[in-house]
Amino acid sequence: MRRRLVPYLLILPGGLWLAIFFVVPMVVMLSFSLMEGDVVNGFALTWHWQNYTEGISTYADQLVRSLLYGVLATAACILLAYPAAYWIAFRGGVRKTTYLFLMLLPFFVSFVLRTFSWKFLLADDGIVLGPLKSAGLLPQDFHVIATGFAVVAGLTYNYLPFMVLPIYVALERVDPTMVEAAQDLYAGRAQAFLRVVFPLSLPGVFAGVLMTFVPVSADYVNATVLGGTNNTMIGNIIQNLYLVNSDYPEAAALSFTLMAILLVGIFLYARALGTEDVLEVATR
Amino acid sequence: MKATIVDLKPAVRRPRVRWGDRLLYLYTWAIIVWLCLPIAVMIAFGFNDTTGRLNLTWQGFTLKWYGQLFSVPDLTTALVNSLTIAVVATLGSAVLGTLIGLALGKYRFRGQGALNIVQFAAISAPETVMGASLLSFFVQLGVGRGYWTILIAHIMFSLSFVAITVRSRVLTLDPSIDEAARDLGAGGWAVFRLVTLPMIFPAVLAGALLAFALSIDDFIITSFNSGSTLTFPLWIWGAQRNGLPPQVNVMGTLIFVGGILLAAGNAVVARRRR
Repeated sequence: MRRRLVPYLLILPGGLWLAIFFVVPMVVMLSFSLMEGDVVNGFALTWHWQNYTEGISTYADQLVRSLLYGVLATAACILLAYPAAYWIAFRGGVRKTTYLFLMLLPFFVSFVLRTFSWKFLLADDGIVLGPLKSAGLLPQDFHVIATGFAVVAGLTYNYLPFMVLPIYVALERVDPTMVEAAQDLYAGRAQAFLRVVFPLSLPGVFAGVLMTFVPVSADYVNATVLGGTNNTMIGNIIQNLYLVNSDYPEAAALSFTLMAILLVGIFLYARALGTEDVLEVATR
Repeated sequence: MKATIVDLKPAVRRPRVRWGDRLLYLYTWAIIVWLCLPIAVMIAFGFNDTTGRLNLTWQGFTLKWYGQLFSVPDLTTALVNSLTIAVVATLGSAVLGTLIGLALGKYRFRGQGALNIVQFAAISAPETVMGASLLSFFVQLGVGRGYWTILIAHIMFSLSFVAITVRSRVLTLDPSIDEAARDLGAGGWAVFRLVTLPMIFPAVLAGALLAFALSIDDFIITSFNSGSTLTFPLWIWGAQRNGLPPQVNVMGTLIFVGGILLAAGNAVVARRRR
């Protein structure tokens, strides 16, 4: 009898912490998203669904832009990360871990600081563009900062290690003798890759997408620092409504809309990939 | 005749120089350089001999900012806040997460699936949404935001990472080791302290390091729940408009070097225990 209680005693403190500070807040936010009112007079639950419809129509631009940037940055991450992860996993030899560690170095510098460092590097008359402009290689009004490109590039930069890591882990598990077997069966190098290695690495790509697409689409740091005023994402709106305007109902409705879209997106992607058991992959 | 012999032993064939591999090698290094470029700039401009607050153009090498590391009082306070929050949040999430990891790895019980789903959600929910929901919760309760709410948030988002790291280690343990200890007369606590804990310790340490890194770097969730308390990333965010002083670069550099030393130390410990 006592032994059956052991697992429950073990999960009690942490489980309570998650319940009180993660699950309950989500419920509270859900109720906020259906309220009306303002900070001065208080908020009342009136099942005000218009928070959702008005939020979506008012901020449609930012919602669409967030998803677009999310898809672009995630795709860029896959394209950039895969060849490098492949080389490290199959040709890295004894220095595999060292190469992987070098890829993870950005994790040791604050996310905010790294993003400001890019802003500094790419400033209109900064250390990269300044000399190029004075040498006449670029027109004087050329700029990178305050463009959509800068935001997507910044997002790609910041989340690339999250894509390299799971793809590397998946590729590292591929048994090299499988490739040899394919070649013995007269598969060319390209065919052995496309029909053996690549399919086996898909769970890694999936995990990578899960780890990048969600945070990238909800990010507002890169858009604020690198995007100027014309490339704001939905995260900027949510942050602003919460912390500046204190319009909690609208902000809560937008947060839930964002989360719902991301969840649907991830599940559709999982279906398309044939990885139906998302949880299994994610919690492995 | 000779041809057949060669065909029988394809493994003996000398590998040709593969241009594809060469290209991939250069490509991998290019990616590494790209990833490290902003870090190199950050470190370099910590040695920049600027006068005044602006640190935008190279003025020559100096070590003076290392000497005047703590001469911006608010920045020092923010750094101290970041470090103490990270230490306490690491201890808290290491204990709570390890207990959950043990339960999930060792036992089968009702509610396991629900716990897995909550943890998965806590790991993969967008930070903006998590920060916003926690702020809604504190607003609803009428709790003022500050140091303590940041700490609560940090333990919340890092404990699942510890739990998952510990669980995967526990799953690899042979349950008969526990039974052997019990047969030899060890009680539950003795088994945990003398047998289980030493075996899962590398995972606990790895999880704790991850929690520390997550906590000290967090910006988004913290920004929602900080009130007027500032952490290191929040201070940088606020000060950025007027230009960042070189002390920020120095602190960033020291955190970078400290992080690498911790990770290297952890790798050494893990190798010794293997």
